[in-house]
Amino acid sequence: MTTARDAILRSVRIGLKRGALDDNQRAVLDARVPRHTRPAFDEDLVERFIRKFESRAGTVVRVSSRDEVPAAVEAYRAGLKLPARAAIGAALKDLAWPSAWSVSHGPATVDETMAVTAAVAGVAETGSLMLCGGPDSPTTHNFVPDDHVVVLDAGQIVRHFEDAWTVLRARPQGLPRATNFVSGPSRTADVEQTIQLGAHGPRRVHIVLIGG
Amino acid sequence: MEMRSAEFKERAVFAIHDASLQQALGKARGGFVGKRAQQAAELPEFEQLREEAKNLKNEILTNLDHYLERYEAAVTAAGGQVHWARDAAEAREIILGICKHVEAKSVTKGKSMVSEEIGLNEALIENGMEVVETDLGEYIIQLAHEPPSHIIAPAVHKTKDQVSDLFLAAHGGPRKTEVADLVNEARQVLRDKYFRADVGITGGNYLVAETGSSVIVTNEGNGDLTQTLARVHIVTAGIERVVPTLDDVSLFLRLLARSATGQETETYTTYSTGPRRTGDLDGPQEYHVVLVDNGRSRMLAGRFRDMLRCIRCGACMNHCPVYGSIGGHAYGWVYPGPMGSVLTPLIKGMDNTYDLPNACTLNGRCASVCPVKIPLPDLLRELRHLQHRQELSPPMQRRALSLWRFVATRPKLYHAGEWVATRLLKLLSSNGRIRNLMLASGWTDARDLPAPPGRTFLEQWQDQRGKP
Amino acid sequence: MAETHTKGPRVGLFVTCLMNVFRPNVGFAAVKLLEQAGCAVEIPPDQTCCGQPGYNNGDYDAARALARKVITTFERYDYIVGPSGSCMATIRHDYPALFENDPDWLGRAQALADKSFELLSFLHDELGATDAAAGVSHTATVTYHDSCSGLRGLGIKGQPRALLAGVAGLKLNEMEDSEVCCGFGGTFCVKYPEISEKMVDDKVRNILASGADTLLGGDLGCLMNIAGRLSRINAPVKVYHTAEVLAGMADGPGIAAATKESN
Ligand code: SF4
Repeated sequence: MTTARDAILRSVRIGLKRGALDDNQRAVLDARVPRHTRPAFDEDLVERFIRKFESRAGTVVRVSSRDEVPAAVEAYRAGLKLPARAAIGAALKDLAWPSAWSVSHGPATVDETMAVTAAVAGVAETGSLMLCGGPDSPTTHNFVPDDHVVVLDAGQIVRHFEDAWTVLRARPQGLPRATNFVSGPSRTADVEQTIQLGAHGPRRVHIVLIGG
Repeated sequence: MEMRSAEFKERAVFAIHDASLQQALGKARGGFVGKRAQQAAELPEFEQLREEAKNLKNEILTNLDHYLERYEAAVTAAGGQVHWARDAAEAREIILGICKHVEAKSVTKGKSMVSEEIGLNEALIENGMEVVETDLGEYIIQLAHEPPSHIIAPAVHKTKDQVSDLFLAAHGGPRKTEVADLVNEARQVLRDKYFRADVGITGGNYLVAETGSSVIVTNEGNGDLTQTLARVHIVTAGIERVVPTLDDVSLFLRLLARSATGQETETYTTYSTGPRRTGDLDGPQEYHVVLVDNGRSRMLAGRFRDMLRCIRCGACMNHCPVYGSIGGHAYGWVYPGPMGSVLTPLIKGMDNTYDLPNACTLNGRCASVCPVKIPLPDLLRELRHLQHRQELSPPMQRRALSLWRFVATRPKLYHAGEWVATRLLKLLSSNGRIRNLMLASGWTDARDLPAPPGRTFLEQWQDQRGKP
Repeated sequence: MAETHTKGPRVGLFVTCLMNVFRPNVGFAAVKLLEQAGCAVEIPPDQTCCGQPGYNNGDYDAARALARKVITTFERYDYIVGPSGSCMATIRHDYPALFENDPDWLGRAQALADKSFELLSFLHDELGATDAAAGVSHTATVTYHDSCSGLRGLGIKGQPRALLAGVAGLKLNEMEDSEVCCGFGGTFCVKYPEISEKMVDDKVRNILASGADTLLGGDLGCLMNIAGRLSRINAPVKVYHTAEVLAGMADGPGIAAATKESN
């Protein structure tokens, strides 16, 4: 019995007017290196990252060291009068979070109001965050709460998307189950092309940028 | 989804006279076109990227079997499962099978044109499952029991007022009239659905052979909630969606958002690689990919291979003056506009799709914006050629064409015809114009025909300069 | 203007079907412009149609039959030039495609394609006759419709505007969406009259909003379509082929205009 798989592959080869590729041909394809054009720009990476991210209604606050992150997040929380609670990825567990907060390191539930995530990279090209899911950074943190705070070090900002993959390939954990590029708060234009923030994901995305 | 392309003409006329539709289309048109033009202008490499994307797609298609096999191996290595579906029925069966196996009661869906193509919702609902579209546009048309009218803005044909009415009927009062309130209401209703879902189904913009990742691109974040919160994640994608490496995806991403919505990037681009891993705190327990052929491999053989480059950005329909006049529903199936007019006859067959390739002026605006440079007008003409060869075009037209050929290849006869036409039309005219010409009522119902001056150019030229 | 040769290039003028029957004046204007630019213009009397109606309706055999005739008739000239972006794009792009698998004809088709030009771009780009309208005056506020085949097939956009800039008294008011199809589309307009009418109405709305009193363009099909609609709704906008204005031959009634004064 031919399986659907075999039938489709056969049909593909008939369409291509050839048989299956031999090992040499496959090796050539596997060794191929992408060489497409990447958009050129002169702008300082950090400045561009911030400019682009803010252009899509994201907000950024700068601090000079990692120790200052909890205070910056607390200031953000207090400014919006959010409840004293947060879902914080275990990657940021070591920071001195305000003792009055109720902190969870688990996945975000529907009543979670704010999440804090450590970014893996920032892409200056478009001002996008690269977030990697995993035991110390649940993916639900990126999408469920209304407010999403992301901690990024200026040194993590790379030029192009391709450079972000290079960063990721160098990590011992390799490629995570979910890699999210986030370029601002959730939005929709599905009703009469009117842009509305907070469609399904976070209504606000706030970056605490360290150094730079 | 049932195909109603045979009713194209009636539905197009109906659409032209539908005031709310025309209002909605008018709003959409300017926005998409202007924003795309601005993005293209702001990226000096844009044209270069179009050329490279075209070439890369061609390279992928030439080696499609190889990349599909590599992709399958990578998905399996990541703990996921790949299923192959020859046609729509097979794809439905596979997905239904998975849903039944995990005893799914509730299914959430991110926007997926392939799932529309295979008529998935109907099949799931028939089998007793609750199916919830989570993209706001898809949600709106699901409430309206309508198919999408655009591949990236499925509810583009709806006015705010119509959305207000639909939400009032579905969610109860009070009736919301502000966009912010409408969006918020949908947000609240859908939150609950994500968390209760057994199965989350999404499309896949790209399937990465290098890593076995499926990629979705959204602005709302609905696709992410769908695929992260359900117990089981099913990706449906056409076999042509495979891309060699993660880096290659970037090339297409730079074109996709700019061409589609006129954004530099969409808000979320997510790469999903297999199911939840040991230690992970969230994510689906099962990860399935259903690779759908449904006529695609057949298209590799000839001229229509070009169509398989399509990255489903919707730019062709945003720039199509016919689409802009009649909207998406007149096309009668899942894919409207220029790309749909090529795809529908190829996937659903040449019967009952006669109008799709013909209802086009071949003005070429679609091809001039297509990010992967698909020669859409040439492909539409090629379909007309097939219709002509298979004698699917109207007998009247075929007779007219052979008469025209007979006459036009005989200069004396042709000029005699012109001699007669010139005089006849002049006779029928009054005050320089012809207001009603029975044989050309298609023309004169809406416009006057200028009266010829009475003698053809060639006649007058002969008189003036004599024989050369 | 290019250096005047004692004997300029031999140009075979392609007489388009619509021009031949409905607007001979465009042909005379074309001859005048070409001769002023130093060309020796010849008009082979045994020419008919470029074959586009067959091609676009899927009858490739018929299109090839016509193409062979055009090739045979015109290949002896240095150039084949016509006052239509649509017909000339057919010769330039579609002829080689039609003979893709016919080595006997492909070379000849390609050779003709390479020396085929639309009139206005020929004057401007090939002959460098940027002052083609020198001494011509035409007092009007015009707006320009970019016909699709010329625009996207042959890159005609700046040339007619540059040439028109030399016409005294002429002011150009660009309309919105000048690059959007007018709904003509050859047989499209009679096969799908309602859609075509909607499209031409959008075009007419933009023309009227531009405040221009005259519409110009480079393709008679589109111009007849738009002029016919303008006439039907009694809009006071005159329509001419650009060549008529450039040649100083736009003094008669416009396309589809009333021949008597009162309207
Ligand atoms: S045909 Fe081109 S423009 Fe149209 S949806 Fe596909 S990629 Fe986009």
